Amino acid sequence: MWNWEFAWQVMPKILEGLVVTLEAVAGGMAIALILGLLWAMLRRTKVKFVSWPTWAFVEFIRSTPLLVQLFFVYYVMTDVVGRGLSPLLTGILVLGLHYSCYTAEVYRAGLDAVAKGQWNAAKALNLNGYQTYRYVILPQAVPPILPNLGNYLIAMLKEAPLLSVITVLEVLRAAQVFGNEHYRYLEPLTIVGVLFILLSLLAGLSVEWLRKRTAAMTS
Amino acid sequence: MSDLPRPFDLLPFLLQGLHITVIIALGGSAVAVFMSVLFGLWSKSSDPILRWFSAAYITVFRGASALILLYWFYFVMPELTGFGLDAITTGIFVLGANVGAYGAEVVRTSIQSVPKGQYQAAAALNLSRWQTMRHVIFPQAILSMIPPFGNLMIELLKGTALVSTITVTDLTMQGMYLRADTHRSLEIFGLLLVIYFLLSSLITFGFRVLERRLSHGRDYGGGR
Repeated sequence: MWNWEFAWQVMPKILEGLVVTLEAVAGGMAIALILGLLWAMLRRTKVKFVSWPTWAFVEFIRSTPLLVQLFFVYYVMTDVVGRGLSPLLTGILVLGLHYSCYTAEVYRAGLDAVAKGQWNAAKALNLNGYQTYRYVILPQAVPPILPNLGNYLIAMLKEAPLLSVITVLEVLRAAQVFGNEHYRYLEPLTIVGVLFILLSLLAGLSVEWLRKRTAAMTS
Repeated sequence: MSDLPRPFDLLPFLLQGLHITVIIALGGSAVAVFMSVLFGLWSKSSDPILRWFSAAYITVFRGASALILLYWFYFVMPELTGFGLDAITTGIFVLGANVGAYGAEVVRTSIQSVPKGQYQAAAALNLSRWQTMRHVIFPQAILSMIPPFGNLMIELLKGTALVSTITVTDLTMQGMYLRADTHRSLEIFGLLLVIYFLLSSLITFGFRVLERRLSHGRDYGGGR
């Protein structure tokens, strides 16, 4: 049955692992936010040669398991390139790339929601592509989609324990390693589970708060 | 290069894991649909205990990540209760319950989107609560559930790869075995990605057909 003394012993390891998890999510999210915007903008270009491959790439990444993508990058780097990236760096890159294909769809919906006249107005003012996005389109497109981006941040947080399979010492692997050492998984794995439930509740509340804020801002 | 296996020589061995992946995806989606409907309806129930139970289920199975749930049920259950399920069954139930927690929200919001007048019409016809759900509300709600359920099934399919971490020899595990033997990572994981993509496309296609079938002959009073 539940042993509090054992539970307290594992806590420091789990918190150390949690820091790594949060680092990975922060890094991944930075990549996802930037790359996603790039995919969304490339998809909108009139050049089919650019927009079509971008679409195909985004669909492909969205339709395949994150786990296999992790293995692909991790093992191709060690077996084919001969120089492995560190597991954490691999994890951050793959998380970021994977979720950029989800954020791309969010941005796309946001860009589509900007009134068409805004593009025409920017053209009438003789703004170039960069200026149009920077000063006209993005300031209108981004605030309303912030809550949706937040939802993908939560989704990424929930998938981050996957990095344990490529030996990143994040929260789940920290618990598992401790469990292996003591032949006991009840406390370590339960603590991690409860921790994640609390984190996603907290994150859900923050997104709800953000939704109210942005709704108040735009109305 | 001649002594190395060519990509398509690797394929038969990889595909040995395909049926396990398909079984888990199908079993998991059956569990997911059952849980979605049950807890989706319960979350709209007038009984506070059922509502509470449904909220707890959704919080736990959405909040804790799929891999953590999988480990918990596989490693902790035997420790706690003295009996454990085999890895494939654990995979089917945990992935199904995980996706079902998202599905329950889909069912709930779809039922909410049915206009209130429909309930009143059913009440005017003196239908029971069950009859109202069965004959009036659900048939209308189900169409708006189809596209989000299609997405959830793709999430489930992608989730099946996780069972390789609890010793199931699915597609992904078969790839790991092959990689250990040949170190042909580029071909092996490239092929795996393509196989999963084809399976996802099959689901997308299936749900499109289903949506067209269900919407056939329906009148939406313009709009669609």
